[in-house]
Amino acid sequence: MKSSDWKDFTNGIVRENPIFRLLIGLCPALAVSTSAVDALGMGLATTFVLAASNGVISLLRTLIPPDLRIPIFIVVVSTFVTAADYLMLAFFPAIHRSLGVFVPLIVVNCIVLGRAEAFAYRNEVRASLLDGLGMGLGFSLALGLLGALREVFGAGTLFGLAVMPASYPPLLLLVLPPGAFLLIGLLIAGLNRFTRRAP
Amino acid sequence: MRLFAIFFGAMIVNNILLMRFLGLCSFFGISNKLENAVSMTWAVTFVMAMASLVTWGLYHFLLLPLGLVFLRTAFFILVIAALVQLVEMYMKKNAPGLYRALGIYLPLITTNCAILAVAFLNIDYGYSLLESLVYTVGVSGGYGVAIVLFASLRERVDKAPVPEAFKGYPIAFILAGLLSLAFMGFAGMFGIQL
Repeated sequence: MKSSDWKDFTNGIVRENPIFRLLIGLCPALAVSTSAVDALGMGLATTFVLAASNGVISLLRTLIPPDLRIPIFIVVVSTFVTAADYLMLAFFPAIHRSLGVFVPLIVVNCIVLGRAEAFAYRNEVRASLLDGLGMGLGFSLALGLLGALREVFGAGTLFGLAVMPASYPPLLLLVLPPGAFLLIGLLIAGLNRFTRRAP
Repeated sequence: MRLFAIFFGAMIVNNILLMRFLGLCSFFGISNKLENAVSMTWAVTFVMAMASLVTWGLYHFLLLPLGLVFLRTAFFILVIAALVQLVEMYMKKNAPGLYRALGIYLPLITTNCAILAVAFLNIDYGYSLLESLVYTVGVSGGYGVAIVLFASLRERVDKAPVPEAFKGYPIAFILAGLLSLAFMGFAGMFGIQL
């Protein structure tokens, strides 16, 4: 693996992590992170859409006229979103049900269109695929972290298995909507504390 | 009574921003000034109402009879994008004052997930045309209430001594969490569940 490939791949995981760094794609991140399973399901579906649409757009980039690029991006992205929607319905109906309207809403996830415009339209196929995978993985990890924290402390379980001692009273607030806002606020503040240099 | 329940549920109990987490990009992006929040609310209300009407009609009179339901994601987002363009062109020519007031918020609305979500939810909940309209008006009212409250709070917090690490987004998230907590108090009102 070349070093530039590695850079394209890890860019979305750490340096430009969509959730914690760029703060985009927040709606699904907060809405479906009530349990680790839902969060990872959403993350993987988004990763699939990101990598596939990045690849196709990069492949077609010389054919796409600049004035028409946004509608064409939208058509490509929504094709893969529809595929992901029906694949999930067929193979993981339980997750599909609990994600609900957020699966088709991947089409308006700013990360997907953002990467198409900012990366795939200007770079070759290989780099675009890696960028899509890396961004998707960064998104999945952030979602998984949120989902795991909310599930462990909010319900005392992880992936549905009890992990906390029976005497632990679940902090119900965390699995309710306000908990999502509070948790992500605290996480980003913690991240700032350790990465931002004192002025 | 059913219509009232739909309206109140959409506006307060299941508030689109604070309870459903839809349209958060604009919620955090635009809410640093009260007047921007108000302009955005008008733009959202307007586009959401039009989008709901058009997508409801398209779904029930075109996609459903032709058996093309699987195309709805692609169809809806393209229709909304085209609609926003048309509204923008129409307003530029016939209502320049309003056009200037809404400014950059109009094109941004295409990627506001609340618009597309309402189009989907109208279908998923099996609403009639009238119910869809009531639901849409409720949702956009709720959007307005939440974003105006939030923008006012943020204007105050800007002047408060916030710890260094919490400046900017983190404190905004904490604020949103507290606001959301307050809205939790409405759960179960008139028998409307979360």
